[in-house]
Amino acid sequence: MFGLNKKDTSLLLIVAALVALAPIILNPFPEGSGMAQFNAGYPDLMQRFVIFGIFAIGFNILFGLTGYLSFGHAAFLGAGSYAGMWMMKLLSINVIPAIVFSVIIAGLISLAIGWISLRRSGIYFSILTLAFAQMAFALAASVLTPITGGETGLQTNLNDPRILPGFLGGGSSVDGNIPKPSLFGIEMTSSFEVPVAGWLWTFNWGYYICGIVMLIAFYIAIRIFRSPFGLMLKAVKSNQQRLNYTGLNTRPYMLACFVISGMYAGLAGGLMAAMDPQVGAERMQWTASGEVVLMTILGGVGTLIGPVLGAGLIKYFENIFSKINDNLLHQWFAFLPDGLEDLMVTIIHPFIGKGWHLTLGLMFMAIVIFLPGGLVEGGQRLRKMFGRKSEERAPKTTPAE
Amino acid sequence: MGILEVKDVGKRFGGLQALGNVNLDVAENTVHAIIGPNGAGKSTLLNCLVGKLIPDTGSVMFDGQSVLGRTPYQINQMGISRVFQTPEIFGDLNVLENMMIPIFAKRDGAFRLHAIENMMDEKDIVEAAEKMLVDMNMADKRYMHAAAMSRGDKRRLEIGMCLAQEPRLLLLDEPTAGMARADTNNTIDLLKQIKDERDITIAIIEHDMHVVFSLAERITVLAQGTPLVEDTPDNIKGHPKVREAYLGEAA
Repeated sequence: MFGLNKKDTSLLLIVAALVALAPIILNPFPEGSGMAQFNAGYPDLMQRFVIFGIFAIGFNILFGLTGYLSFGHAAFLGAGSYAGMWMMKLLSINVIPAIVFSVIIAGLISLAIGWISLRRSGIYFSILTLAFAQMAFALAASVLTPITGGETGLQTNLNDPRILPGFLGGGSSVDGNIPKPSLFGIEMTSSFEVPVAGWLWTFNWGYYICGIVMLIAFYIAIRIFRSPFGLMLKAVKSNQQRLNYTGLNTRPYMLACFVISGMYAGLAGGLMAAMDPQVGAERMQWTASGEVVLMTILGGVGTLIGPVLGAGLIKYFENIFSKINDNLLHQWFAFLPDGLEDLMVTIIHPFIGKGWHLTLGLMFMAIVIFLPGGLVEGGQRLRKMFGRKSEERAPKTTPAE
Repeated sequence: MGILEVKDVGKRFGGLQALGNVNLDVAENTVHAIIGPNGAGKSTLLNCLVGKLIPDTGSVMFDGQSVLGRTPYQINQMGISRVFQTPEIFGDLNVLENMMIPIFAKRDGAFRLHAIENMMDEKDIVEAAEKMLVDMNMADKRYMHAAAMSRGDKRRLEIGMCLAQEPRLLLLDEPTAGMARADTNNTIDLLKQIKDERDITIAIIEHDMHVVFSLAERITVLAQGTPLVEDTPDNIKGHPKVREAYLGEAA
C-alpha cells in the first residue's frame, strides 16, 4: 500500500491508529482517581508529542541515515516558528500559510548552514552546526529584535495587518489581545470532551491536525529510508571513502539530506507556533538541540519509529514527572511508619519535580549502556524472548533495519 | 600510446622525495604490475592516479585526458576504479545493496534525488546487481551483512563493485595483502577470469611475487621513487638490478 512493503505498511497503520486513539490510550486512569495525574491524554501534551515526534523523525533522517550529528537543529525549529508567526501576523490567522512558510524558511536557512557545515565531518561538523545555532539564538535574542521580538518574543496581535481575506481564518475568537490560530474557522484550541464512565476523553482539533501532519511526515520518512537516496545516505554512514571512489559526489546527497532534515524541524516549529501563537528565542537554544539528540538516541537511532517513541518518552517525563511533588510522595508513602516515610520521600525527592532531569539522565545512561539500539531494540529483545516459537515457524527473512 | 600515461611525476613530502620522475605507460587490455620494496612509492603513485594526491610535477593522462586536478569521484567517472589494500565495502549494508550502489552511481552520475522512489522498484539496477553477484559467485550471499563476510569474500565483493561500473582501468592496491593462501589463490583465479572475459586494463600493485608472476604481462619495478626497469615477467625475474634492489643481497 502507498508504495510501501507489507512490514512498513503495517507500521504506518499502527502509528496511524495510535495517533487517532491517543486521547483514549493516553488516559488509562479514570478522572479523579489517584493515578489521574499520570494521564497524558490532554491536548497540550499530545500536541507536543506529535510535534516533537516530527522534529525527531527529521533529525533521524540526518543522524540515523548518514551518522552526521547536528547540534543545531533547534535553530531550524525556531526559524520555522518565527516564520509561521509572521505569516499569521501578515497574511492570515489560518495556519496553512504559516506551516508552509515555516517549512520553506527553515529549508533555506538549513541550505545556507548545511552548505558551510558539511565541508567538515564528524565532531567538526557537530561543532559548526552548534556554532551556527548559537549564533541564530544570539541574533534572535538581541540584534534581530524587530523581527523576533527579542527576549519578549513574538505573539499574534489584533492590530496585525493580515492582508488575506478574513474568512480564511473564520470568525476566530480572541484570547485577550491574541487572536487564536485556526484552520478555516476551526480554532486549534477547540476540542470536544467525551465523558465515558469515569474517564474523560478530549478530542482536540489542533492535536489531530498535528497528528495528520506527523503521519504524512512519517510516511515520507519511510519512503526516504527505502529509496535509492536513502541507500546512498546509509552508504555515507557506512563508508564514505568507498563512495568517493565509486563516482558519487557525496556533497549534494548530504546537503539534500540536511535540508530535508531542517525542513522537518521547520515544520515542527511552524506547528508549535500554530498551536500556541507565541514564540521566544529560547526555542533556539542549544539545550533544545540537545533534546532532539536525546530523543533520537533514546528511541533508537536509524530506526523508523524510534525517534517518535523517544520524543514521547521525554515529553512525558518533562510534563508528568516534573509535576510530582513532596506532598504527593507523602500521600503515597503514608502507609509506612513516619520515620520510614520521611526517609523514602527524602530519597526520592531529587528525582522528581524539578529533578526530573536527573531521572531522565539516569534512564538515558541505562539505555545507552544496556540498550544501545534504544527503545526499539528493547522491544525487539522482548519480542524475541516471548515470540521465539512463532519466529521458528516463520521463514527466515532479511532484517529491514 | 597506452590508456594510462604517467609522465615525469614527482611528489615530495617535506624532506622526502616520495616520487621522482616516474614514467609509466600502461597499454590497453593488459595486466601491468608495479612492484618494489617498501617505501618505493608504489602507494603514493597510485594515490596520484586516483586523485587522492596531486603530484608536484609531471602529468597523468587517462585515455588522452588529464586526471590532475580532478576529485576521486570525477576520476572514477572517467573509467578508473580502485580496489583498496583493505577491502573498502559498505559493511552496514547487505551484499546486494553494496552491489547496487556502484550501479546507481554509474547510471545517475554524481547526484540524483530519488528520495521517495522505492529502491526495489528499480528493476534494472536490481537485475544488474544480481547478475554481477552471479558473476562473482556470491549470489547465495546476497542478503548477508557485508561486514560479516570473510576477508576473501569482502575482496571479491569489492572487485565486483568496481567491475559493476564497467571501468576501463582497474587499479588494485595489494589485493591479496593479509590473505590466507587459499583466499590468495581464489583472488588470482578471479583476476585471471576478469582479464580473460572483459575488455579491461588492470594495473596492480603487489608485494606477493606469486601473484605478480601469475598475472602480469608487464612489470615495472619501482625503487626509491623512480622506476628501475620495465619489462616482461620473464626478463624481470632474471634482471640483476631488480634482484639487487628488490630481493636484497641475500637473493
